Amino acid sequence: MNSPVLGKDLLGLETLSAEQIRLILDTAGPLKEISERTIKKVPALRGMTIVNLFFEASTRTRISFEFAEKRLSADTVNVGAAGSSVSKGETLVDTARNLEAMRIDMVVIRHGASGAAKFLADRIESKVVNAGDGTHEHPTQGLLDLLTLRDRLGDLAGRRVCICGDVLHSRVARSNLWGLKKLGAEVAVCGPRSLLPNAIDEMGVKVFDRIEAAIEWAEALNILRLQLERMQGGYIPSLREYNRVFGVTRERLDRAPRDIIIMHPGPMNRGVEIDSDVADGPHSVILDQVTNGVAIRMAVLYLLAGGRPEGG
Amino acid sequence: MARTLRRMADEIVERFSGTEDLILVGIQRRGVQLAERIAGYITEREGAIVALGALDITLYRDDLQTIGPRPVVGKTDLPLSLDHRTVVIVDDVLYTGRTVRAAMDELADFGRPARIALAVLVDRGGRELPIHADIVGKRIQAPSELRVDVLIREVDGEDGVVTVPREGEG
Repeated sequence: MNSPVLGKDLLGLETLSAEQIRLILDTAGPLKEISERTIKKVPALRGMTIVNLFFEASTRTRISFEFAEKRLSADTVNVGAAGSSVSKGETLVDTARNLEAMRIDMVVIRHGASGAAKFLADRIESKVVNAGDGTHEHPTQGLLDLLTLRDRLGDLAGRRVCICGDVLHSRVARSNLWGLKKLGAEVAVCGPRSLLPNAIDEMGVKVFDRIEAAIEWAEALNILRLQLERMQGGYIPSLREYNRVFGVTRERLDRAPRDIIIMHPGPMNRGVEIDSDVADGPHSVILDQVTNGVAIRMAVLYLLAGGRPEGG
Repeated sequence: MARTLRRMADEIVERFSGTEDLILVGIQRRGVQLAERIAGYITEREGAIVALGALDITLYRDDLQTIGPRPVVGKTDLPLSLDHRTVVIVDDVLYTGRTVRAAMDELADFGRPARIALAVLVDRGGRELPIHADIVGKRIQAPSELRVDVLIREVDGEDGVVTVPREGEG
């Protein structure tokens, strides 16, 4: 039974239409209110079982999904790589099929390999939500960033958003690029050329080599985490050097021609890609992103769950 | 419609002896505007402001698996505590009673009202649950092949009640 609006799975924003993206954002808006209630729970997904299958470390995303599931009254089980039979060498599909044999409805998967979510979705009956696969996509992060921007800017058509930093390794950047382009925003990236994908110019995005130029142009900056665990490849000379050239600092923002919305998907490296007084400053919406994340995940789960009987 | 809503406003005030501790809660969508209009008539009559709220019951429905293609969730907005108050649920059409059941479930998550009453503009019969309205604008017996729609100027541009054949699911 597939959702009439989203199909069976949510794997990425590349495959969604602008209309589907807008529907998710429009659904998430009113769902925010549930988290403000004394009893933070509605019965929409009562009786549904959701497995959170996280093969990579995650705090924010995993907890955000779990809150979203619980606030919709789904039953949840968390499976991590450590302490499960994955550490004994069981394959991804075998793990998922065994879970399915216990009758589940949905799998939320975080995996280090690009394409893992699609691979799984093609092989199991349960609905699959991609919670980040390798350097491919992180669709719910992209959606929550769009919601946060829309809360501040209204319609995103023609609005100027720059994605800063390690675009090369970033699934967040890819989901943002797809989502922003589909909603008609103007998109730029800014970072050292060694951390930008080769074909970035062909995606129809502007490229800034200097953060000062990006700040002059943009209405919002989405500042990516410098993935320190992937920095063995000699992409940048040093963290200090990176901060000196590409760090978003108060001094640089003070020279901007307008107030700039500051976003960061977390976890932050304070003093590297973003300075503390920017992260905690008046134009930072970083914690709004976290709040919106729960509502976006509730919207995605709710819309995926709302199927129609075959032929109905 | 104005005359009917005015009469419903009168009945609400008389039945609950005034406006103190009263809150009118409209069900999304058209119940919300109907509640606002009834509140307006009560204010005209009593000179007192009546508390208003809005309830979207989409997430409390018992038919998620069969919902239509655009299941957009509306806004629930209850500005004050419901504890010890008289809550009057306001909706446009009372049919199976399932919407009202969902509304009562949702209200229970917001507090413990002293009592809950139901006011509807049209009662069309066809109940599937043991639910009845306390205040009814108009009663009609409509067979299940027909859908009864209330039109209101805030949403539809005009006021009225229409019956249309049910095609697919409305």
